[in-house]
Amino acid sequence: MNPRRKVHPAMNVLYIAGLVLFFVAFMFPFAWMIISSFKTQAEILTMPPKWIFTPTFKNYVEVFEGQEFLMYMLNSFLIAVGATLAALVLGLPAAYAIARRRMPSLGFTILVARIVPGITFLIPWFMLFSRLKMVDTLPALILTHMLVTMPFVVWVMIPFFEGIPGDLIDAARVDGCTEQYAFMRVVLPISGPGIITGSIMAFVFSWNNFMFSMILTGVHTKTLPVAIFNFLSYSEVNWGGLMAAAVIITLPVLVLALVTQKYIVRGLTAGAVKG
Amino acid sequence: MSRWIEKNLKWVFPAPAVIFIVVMMAFPILYTAWISLTEWSMSATEPPKFVGLQNYINLLGKDHRFWMSVWRTFYFTGLALAGETLLGLVLAVMLNRDFPGKNLLKTLFLLPMVATPVAIGMVWLLMFEPTIGYLNHVLKVLHLPQSLWLASEGSALPSLVLVDVWQWTPMMALIILAGLVSMPSDPFEAAEVDGASAWQTFWHVTLPMLRPTIGMAVILRSIDALKTFDIIYSMTQGGPNYSTETLNLYGYNLGFGYFYMGSASSLLMVFFAIVMGVVIFMNWARKGALS
Repeated sequence: MNPRRKVHPAMNVLYIAGLVLFFVAFMFPFAWMIISSFKTQAEILTMPPKWIFTPTFKNYVEVFEGQEFLMYMLNSFLIAVGATLAALVLGLPAAYAIARRRMPSLGFTILVARIVPGITFLIPWFMLFSRLKMVDTLPALILTHMLVTMPFVVWVMIPFFEGIPGDLIDAARVDGCTEQYAFMRVVLPISGPGIITGSIMAFVFSWNNFMFSMILTGVHTKTLPVAIFNFLSYSEVNWGGLMAAAVIITLPVLVLALVTQKYIVRGLTAGAVKG
Repeated sequence: MSRWIEKNLKWVFPAPAVIFIVVMMAFPILYTAWISLTEWSMSATEPPKFVGLQNYINLLGKDHRFWMSVWRTFYFTGLALAGETLLGLVLAVMLNRDFPGKNLLKTLFLLPMVATPVAIGMVWLLMFEPTIGYLNHVLKVLHLPQSLWLASEGSALPSLVLVDVWQWTPMMALIILAGLVSMPSDPFEAAEVDGASAWQTFWHVTLPMLRPTIGMAVILRSIDALKTFDIIYSMTQGGPNYSTETLNLYGYNLGFGYFYMGSASSLLMVFFAIVMGVVIFMNWARKGALS
């Protein structure tokens, strides 16, 4: 709307009130998670809630000593990094070929992976990995997470590669280097922003993945989302510990999002705006 | 060698990705399609027994639980998308204006959609808790009737919709905002010259121009909403009394709860077809609306 239009003062108050309402509604669960993670079980069970209390670190101590939480963190991290790097290795050349050689049907095939319900693959994967004795191994987890991360990298990079002027590549080829060399030495170095966007989103999706990990992890490769879900199965819910675990799981992705927000906006809205 | 690669770049570059897709996606879909024609329980030692279309006949013809899960899937998706589109539009219009701290605010609105859904599910579980949850406390303070939220069959699915709306409204808002920002200013100047009110301008100029953007955002979001799993499974596992069991949850329970691989596979094929059908239909509707 036209920003220069004169606005009635009452509308302005309404506008600010609305914005504050949105802000509080969307930030409240995070605030509640953090506050509750510093409360004792008794304080959490008290309603109306106490806003002033002595914070306790007991929940965090418990999370790290009770379960093998550090190992779960390491698993989540290794799988997310592995699935992101592998997605780049496979996805970048594929996206380049789709963008520069005009192969929309191939692009579509890869994007089908985004449409198919992931659960459709779980039964065959489970069979396959059981037979190969790969259930509960990092490579199996990385391979399955790649089905989420790789299409996303391709999805983000196709429009990016399309936007790179062809003259740049032609100039490199006139100088006598092959196209694959030009891809490595000319195209990739100027594709930083696209690659960062794709990598961040791929990392976040893998870090957050629950369904694949729940079926294919075991004692050795359990990831954080599976670990926090298992936390629930105790007879009485330890709310403080649960919230501390939730803080630990979400903090890395939240910080990553805050630091790299402009890339995230581009990643999440990729494909929608140009349509 | 390198000349050969260059000549066949079109095939060499995508080859690893294509091989990966064939092994990890195409092959599993075909395998699931085959298993869907058999009777097979993974816990048994016998191999799958071919039964033709029997699983599909049972599923589509006799299984009430299946049809209920189809209905819940569409109910969840429809309600969530309506809420997200409407609130997203309001939020986008509000953010399409300059004020101090706007960029920080936009950044903070990113957080619900990147936060780990299972962890967020746990937080909502605490807030929904009927006796110690904060939401009922707020309703009490406002003298409104309290709710059982996830604990009752009637309110469990709408409660989950609320979580989905919280998670994904910001994405709708950001996509719509990107559409708003990229609009040309002439139509608005023309509307102002013609003396249109703010509301008329919004309804007759802004909204029609936003239609393609909103359409695309709705398609993207429905693909994911139809498949919602994490928040539902982590918060209710389909309960109470199956009242939040969507197709994805029912398929999961059939396959990995009861190990009825044959029935589960037939359900998954139908689920796949439904999601594909919705995407194709919406894309067709969007193109129809544009031309």
